[in-house]
This record gives sequence, C-alpha cells and structure tokens, in this order.
Amino acid sequence: MYAYTDFDAAFLAERNAQFRAQVERRIDGSLTEDEFKPLRLMNGLYLQLHAYMLRVAIPYGTLNGAQMHKLADIADKWDKGYGHFTTRQNIQYNWPELRDVPDMLDALAEVNMHAIQTSGNTIRNVTADHFAGAAADEIADPRPVAELIRQWSTDHPEFQFLPRKFKVAVSGAAHDRAVLKAHDIGLQIVEQEGERGYRVMVGGGLGRTPMIGKVLYDFVASGDLLPTLEAIVSVYNLLGRRDNKYKARIKITVHENGIEDIRARVDARYALIRPQFTGVDQQMLARIEADFVQPGFATKSLGAYETAYSNDPVFRAWADTNLAEHRAPGYAIVSISLKAHGATPGDATSAQMRLMAELAHDYGHDELRISHEQNVILPHVHRADLPTVHARLKEAGLGTANIGLISDIIACPGMDYCALATARSIPIAQEIAVRFDELKLEHDVGPLKIKISGCINACGHHHVGHIGILGLDRAGVENYQITLGGDGTEDAAIGERAGPGFSADEIIPAIERLVLAYLDLRTQRSETFLETYRRLGLAPFKAALYPEAKADAA
Amino acid sequence: MPKAFRPSVITANALLEGDVVYLGTRDWVRDLDDAEILTDEAVADIRMLEASAQSDLVVGVYLAEVDISGGTPKPNHFREAFRATGPSNYPHGKQEIL
Repeated sequence: MYAYTDFDAAFLAERNAQFRAQVERRIDGSLTEDEFKPLRLMNGLYLQLHAYMLRVAIPYGTLNGAQMHKLADIADKWDKGYGHFTTRQNIQYNWPELRDVPDMLDALAEVNMHAIQTSGNTIRNVTADHFAGAAADEIADPRPVAELIRQWSTDHPEFQFLPRKFKVAVSGAAHDRAVLKAHDIGLQIVEQEGERGYRVMVGGGLGRTPMIGKVLYDFVASGDLLPTLEAIVSVYNLLGRRDNKYKARIKITVHENGIEDIRARVDARYALIRPQFTGVDQQMLARIEADFVQPGFATKSLGAYETAYSNDPVFRAWADTNLAEHRAPGYAIVSISLKAHGATPGDATSAQMRLMAELAHDYGHDELRISHEQNVILPHVHRADLPTVHARLKEAGLGTANIGLISDIIACPGMDYCALATARSIPIAQEIAVRFDELKLEHDVGPLKIKISGCINACGHHHVGHIGILGLDRAGVENYQITLGGDGTEDAAIGERAGPGFSADEIIPAIERLVLAYLDLRTQRSETFLETYRRLGLAPFKAALYPEAKADAA
Repeated sequence: MPKAFRPSVITANALLEGDVVYLGTRDWVRDLDDAEILTDEAVADIRMLEASAQSDLVVGVYLAEVDISGGTPKPNHFREAFRATGPSNYPHGKQEIL
C-alpha cells in the first residue's frame, strides 16, 4: 500500500498541530462556534445527536494490520470500545469528547491516517472497489490512481469552497462494486486498443434527487485524467448552484445544463489547463504504483480446504456466501460480515478489529479493505488457510454467512445518532435480520440487497437497494417508505416507490410479505429478487405489500 | 394566526462532551427532569437570549416542546425522546446513568 513520504508526514503533523490550537482557542472562548465549526468539519469532527462524532478517512477502503490495530486502540482509549464502518468506506467514532480529539488525530497520524476529506464542500475521500487488487475480473488495481486523486484533491486550493461536497469513486473492473454511477464522478479503468485509460461518468448521486451518472467521456488516456478531473470540478465550481443547497450537487448542474453543454464547457476548460500538466503527475503515479505491487502469492495444497468444505456444513455455507474469486490460483477474497443477525450493521468492537488485523497479518498479506456495504474484506487469503480463518472469525462473532443475502443490510446511523435523520434505521435493520434468521429463509431467498436510510440524504443508499427503505417523520411518527428494483451495479437503476409508507411496527411484516411473494413469483430458484422484479414489474409486489387495497378493489 | 406557545425547555449540546443539556433554573443540567419548564413565550424569549450567549458552554441552543401533563416534562417528539435517553442499539448515552 501507499507509503507516506516525509512530506506527507510533515503535512499531517502540521495540520494536527493547527487543529489542536483551534480546539484550545474554542475552549478558551477565543473562537465562537460559527468560527470553529468549519475548522472542525475540515478535520472530520461533527456534532451529532448525543455527542461529537469523529469520521476517520480510510482512503479507497484500504488498511493494513497496524492501522486496524490503531483503530481498535482509539476505540478503547477515547470511545466506547467500538467503531462504525460506513458506506463511504470510512470509520466513525460516536462518543469522543472535544478535548480528546487532537490526541485521537495524533494517534491516527502514527499510522498515516487522518480525518481530512471526510466533511465539507470539498472533494471527499476517494472510494474504490473493495476487491481492488484482488478481483479476478479486474483490468487494473484502481487504488494507485485513487491515491493520485487523493493527493491532487487534498487541500486543492481551487476546490476548498465548492458549491457542495464532491465524491469520486474508482473501479478497475467491468462489474461495478463501487456504485460508480451514484457518484459525482465515477471512473472505470478500461482498455482501448491496448492502451489503458478511464471511462468518466459524471452527475450521479442519491439523496433528495437521485440521478444515475452519465458518461462524459468513454475513454480518457491515463496521462489526461487529472487535467480532465480538474476541468470538470472547475466547471462545476463556477456553474454549480450556490443559491439552493438542494440543487447544488453536480448531478443537478448536469441535469439542468445537459451533458452536451457540460462536455463543451469541460473541453474548453481542459484545453486551457492541459499545458499546466507537464507529466509530473504521471511520474508520481508510477511511484505510487510501485507501492501497490501485488504480494508474492504462495502455492499450497488445497487439501485442508477441500476436507473442511466436504465435512463441515457451517464452513461450507460460509465459503459459499462469503468468498469471491481471486485472480491468483488457490486464493480467495474473504468478506467478513459485520452483519451478525441482530447486530448494528457496520459496527465492530475493538476485540473484533484486533482479530481481523491479526488474521490479515497471519494469513492475508497484511491487507484489509472496508466495503461500502459496511463489511471488512481480507483480499488475499490462500484457500488452505480458510478453515483456520473461519474458525477464528466464528469465535469472535464474525463468522456470519450472509454476504449479499437479505440480512447483509446497509443501514445509515439514522436517528439513533445522526442529527440530520428523520427516523431510525438501525433497529429496522436489526429486526429484519433477526426475523429472516428465525424464518431460516435467507439462503433460500438468495441474493437480495436491502438498504436503509434514516433520511432523504440517502447515506444508506436506499435508492439502489433491491428493496430500499427510507425512514421519514410523518406528523411526529416514524414512517418507512419502500422502493423496489434499485440497483447499484453497472446496470444502475433508481428504485421505484411502492406506495404509502409503513409505521415502525408494520415495516417488518411488510418486508416479509414482499419476500414471500417473491418466493411464489420466481420461476426457479436461480431467478433473483431483482430479476423477478424486472420481469414482472411493481404490480405483484405492490399487491403483496398492500393486501387491503387489493381487497378494497375486488 | 401564530401557533400558541406550548410548554417548552431550552436544550443544546455541551461544548466539551457534546452531551445533551437542558437549561435549568440556574445552570445547564443533564437530565430533562431538572430542566426549567417555560410556559410563557416572553420569558422563553429572554431565556433563549441568555442561553444563546453562553457559547463557551453549549452549542446549538433551541426550544423543544414538552408534555407536562404527567407532572414531569416528557418530550413531545421522538427525536427529543432519543436525545433525552440515548441510542436504541446500545445502552449508551444518558440511559447509562438514568
């Protein structure tokens, strides 16, 4: 992974010293809250419902064992012994006290981590395919270019006061695991006539006005990428609406002006700034790429794996759901579920973090990834080691075999923590997972993504859930709206609203009716929920959700 | 016609801990039961001005309606109920000590 230079280390130390002084001046009264708030947000510190929240960046979701150990130590020393992994591949601490935050940032800096780019109207922490560098279907590892973008965008002087926040995601595979089309800019590494470059998508986003990203350029050569990005953000910086917060994201700029107009403006800007990029960025990229060389993969006998797979049904169930194809022979990508039935999606205790760090160190070339689906990945594990890895995960409550299934739910913190939320998300996720575990149905139901947001800002990605749930406040009562048929992959689609919302008591039975209806409607076991929905449309699912309406109409 | 003033408390988050606080008769208090109940809009306006001036102690001062029919103040909205107790997924926050 990327190794910090002296420049990086000095930059972080100076930034942390500045913030320490800012906190002191806030506490001694020299700074008002209005003055302090933008400063704390630049360093990832939010004030939530019950406490401060520190959002720590995990650039493109990549961590090593030492970093994960440090996250655990911070959770124990300054928080309540756990952390919450988010849909932006970050980690949040829910209970820090203001005085402690400078020490937390210094502790993070010891392992080259920080909380920069986790808030504010700037280019945010770059996200990537969580199987990056390991996936069998990948053209190239997207993390070097993600790191280049991180360095280019961090404190970029032109882009510190954008109309609104700006999110970039990168993937190196045709199968989109990074929700590229729901980002302000989505970059997909592609090859054209033997040359490597990028498909550039722009104007995607969820939130109040969900939009699927549009292709701005089918192919941008590697050396032209940064000037292209700079031209796009520069056009947005001038053209994006500052009069209305709800219309300030680039998705609205693209929607209102049209992709052709945006392309013409970006072309013009690009022509102007391209000469300033003299190739230094490509030299830096080459250096960064050297930090991401593939680990030396081992050759071992698969005997232990095959024995466990045939003899241990619990291991087999886990292997069938939680492993993905690795590019190296004999290896697998392990997804560790942070979605034990009834647990808070994305939460890990400090003990669990340490165990994952140890497993990465002992069996996984010291690499970990955080997925936007709020799970942790060991990207490089030899199949021979999987029985041991699984046994140790199981002991720590991390052996849940549910990746991609109905209980592998994305849920934002919702009104249990978030000051913006209009309803709770976490208890709904917990209850759905527990209910389908009781029914023993989830493996029969198969691939099904439920995503829950506790407000219209859609941190829980509900628009792209096969089943999306949006929590709202309806006349002082929590109310949950269902959307169906959303998809966050290369076939991205925004879910369709099913009808009137449900109360907190009604939503779990409603989801159960929906899923039971799917089991009746599918032509065969291999037809997924999403395929069935695409074949039949909303009507039969709506009938299952609202049986009274059907009875009234009869 | 403007909405009639309903019994309210003044609430905010503590600057240092971030914890939910309420304005009591003398100081900021941590428990809703100890909050000063404001029933007169003119008094509430003055108390809001005083509270907002204490930016060295608290952040984000606002008025929250309460139901006082049972003798002690109860939040009128579920958001305020969560603020008065804590999250529902762990026994953290105010419910730890209550």
